[in-house]
Amino acid sequence: MVGNGPPAAGETIVSCRSLSVRYGSVAAVQEISLDIPEHQITAIIGPSGCGKSTLLRACNRMNDFIQNVTTEGQVLYRGEDLYASDIDPVEVRRRIGMVFQKPNPFPKSVFRNVAWGASINGFRGDINELVQRSLKKAALWDEVKDKLDQSGLALSGGQQQRLCIARAIALEPDLILMDEPCSALDPASTARIEDLLFELKARYTIVIVTHNMQQAARVSDWTAFLSHGRLVEFGATEAIFTRPDKRETEDYVTGKFG
Amino acid sequence: MIQAVLFLCALLSVVTTAGIIWVLARETLNFFRQVSAVSFLTGMRWTPLFQPSSFGVLPLVGGTLMIVVGAALVAVPLGLGTGIFLSEYASDRLRGILKPVLEILAGIPTVVYGYFALTFVTPQLGRLFPSIQVFNAASASIVVGVMILPMIASLCDDALRAVPQALRHAGYALGATRFEVSTRVVLPGAFSGVLASFVLALSRAIGETMAVTLAAGATPRLTVNPLESIQTMTAYIVQVSLGDTPAGSMAYLTVYAVGMLLFMITLAMNLVGNRILRHFQEVYE
Amino acid sequence: MTSATAPLGRNLPIRRRLGGLFHAVFLIATFTGVVLLAVLLAEVIQNGIPWLTGSFFTNFPSRFPDQAGIRAALWGTIWLIGLTALFSIPVGVGAAIYLEEYAGRSWFNTLIEINIANLAGTPSIVYGILGLAIFVRWMALGRSVLAGALTMSLLILPVTIIASREALRAVPNSIRLAAFALGATKWQTIRAHVLPAALPGIMTGIILALSRAIGETAPLIMIGALTFVAFTPAGPMDEFTALPIQIFNWASRPQREFYGVAAAGILVLLGVLLTMNAAAIWIRHRSQRSMRW
Repeated sequence: MVGNGPPAAGETIVSCRSLSVRYGSVAAVQEISLDIPEHQITAIIGPSGCGKSTLLRACNRMNDFIQNVTTEGQVLYRGEDLYASDIDPVEVRRRIGMVFQKPNPFPKSVFRNVAWGASINGFRGDINELVQRSLKKAALWDEVKDKLDQSGLALSGGQQQRLCIARAIALEPDLILMDEPCSALDPASTARIEDLLFELKARYTIVIVTHNMQQAARVSDWTAFLSHGRLVEFGATEAIFTRPDKRETEDYVTGKFG
Repeated sequence: MIQAVLFLCALLSVVTTAGIIWVLARETLNFFRQVSAVSFLTGMRWTPLFQPSSFGVLPLVGGTLMIVVGAALVAVPLGLGTGIFLSEYASDRLRGILKPVLEILAGIPTVVYGYFALTFVTPQLGRLFPSIQVFNAASASIVVGVMILPMIASLCDDALRAVPQALRHAGYALGATRFEVSTRVVLPGAFSGVLASFVLALSRAIGETMAVTLAAGATPRLTVNPLESIQTMTAYIVQVSLGDTPAGSMAYLTVYAVGMLLFMITLAMNLVGNRILRHFQEVYE
Repeated sequence: MTSATAPLGRNLPIRRRLGGLFHAVFLIATFTGVVLLAVLLAEVIQNGIPWLTGSFFTNFPSRFPDQAGIRAALWGTIWLIGLTALFSIPVGVGAAIYLEEYAGRSWFNTLIEINIANLAGTPSIVYGILGLAIFVRWMALGRSVLAGALTMSLLILPVTIIASREALRAVPNSIRLAAFALGATKWQTIRAHVLPAALPGIMTGIILALSRAIGETAPLIMIGALTFVAFTPAGPMDEFTALPIQIFNWASRPQREFYGVAAAGILVLLGVLLTMNAAAIWIRHRSQRSMRW
């Protein structure tokens, strides 16, 4: 299908090759091939039910937890197929971070939230330093540095989401998947997180699913437009929004449907 | 008015509690006119039916405690393990089979468990510990443990399932195994619900009567040896009731005093356990 | 994965093995309960079947094991449960209706709720003491089936209320609102719409509460149900015995042969319970099929 990667590509970090995901008999993602460039922000947009979240979850094998799911095709992370039989999904999820739509910090202290993933995975360095570093990178340190023992749930919505970002960053992933991370937040918090994404881009690759087109236009370098489980078009954000190739893309980004 | 009639029905529950307290308190006070409360609660010899009579209730409390501790040793690990398995590991189909089995286990009358302790558990223990007495605390506490196991399993299962799926996903997304997510994210998140299940189940063990009457014995004795026979508070009350006790006699009064103590202990545990449970349910509303 | 190993994640193999180990541990814990149940049933069946003869059902208790029978106990239980149902069903359902449909969230109603929860966990023998003092002595009902039934009704009242409340709570509010919108009073709504909808759940709860009552021994001992009864009750004021009491009596005998008789009695008791629970499940199943909100 349409697999035109970005014209002047940087290194590709994740490649989907003819990826199809089915829930029982319902096809959520159909034959998608897509190359995600490194150190860039790629947005996945499309109307409700087009398969954006399914595609995102396929990249860190979170779809495995859904009953009756079948995945066909390949997801290549730095050249290795994540769905190969000798690959341990637990390790996949450690190396690829995820931030969810509704902030879901653990009912533990702020400190433990950030430290948990690292300590589970055998971190042996200075955990205090790791927590501080991660919270700083998530632009949350100044607000919580005196409250590290407080419950993560005591923070505001926007702070909780940044806590979840810090938690993911603490594992030093190269790739961070974000599933509509701002849809449950107020505009002020959303703006803060969008600013944060620009800072994170230098060190990480970010793939963000969003139903907010303006956000995609503001934030991302590349945009993939999905419809009915298929990749309709993929290209530089500016091109997708101002001179898209496909009629369907143009209809969607100009708000004619979705 | 219909509403008034229905209200009276609901009020009956309050009347019942008031009745229990009134009935127990009245005769307990009579008892304390003849025996000091201090010697009752701290005395270590319980021979109310013989001469010279002694009314220290600690042997009965000790007997009950032995049963409860033994039952906890059986029911807490097995019940919690079952609850975790049902909630975090078992497929829907397996759950559909296991939950009814647990319900059956919970529905078996206690006298049947007493029979089982007497006819199976004690002989089997006798193979391992030849010095075991025919009536002993160990058999009774094992079957009481099996009796309360389904309660712990079911309540823990409920508590664990109340933890939102989003938290599990958060754990998995950080590269944790199912065991780690279940025990280090979900279980701590369900902690107070799990705790409530322990408290409520142990309260049930304290009030258990028939299994201990049949299998644990009628010898009030302070001991830590589970192979010996003991007597629990509940078994003592049964023992007296099976005999001929004239109203007003000391033996009659001891039933109420012991009953009062039993009621207070289980009431305290129920209040605490239910309070914790309600708090837990509110968190995950 | 072979790409540059980060310092994290080197412990994965151990964690995997630990996870597998505990999976097995949890599985074993679960199946221990199942196995114990199987052993218990096998033991009872093995000991009891030989004694389960026709005469077992028609005989009265006896000092001789082969002449002992369950007739008095069976009829006693039937009388007891019948009367208990008569008292506990209206009161329990009535209380549940009041608490669920009429009561607001006042402190008094919360008190009632806490009270019911505590009563549900109160040892059954305490109910026996209560029954002895109130029904046997104060109301001078003596050691009758009536006193026993009243005591049992109090015992299962909390459980009945809790189960009925859940059944009422499960009825969608839209049904009530629709009836109110048509001008019905609260009671009319409850009687014509809510109660019928909640009925399967309530019936299931009642059956389970009654099956608990059938198995209870301690309160009956307290109020003086006799353990050697050679007659069946002819009226509510008669003395009586019941299945669990008879089993208890047989199991307490020093002669080993009586263990078999007790086992037979247990089989009868379990048979009764199984029938009642099957009825409850059948009702629940049927209602789930026909009820489509």
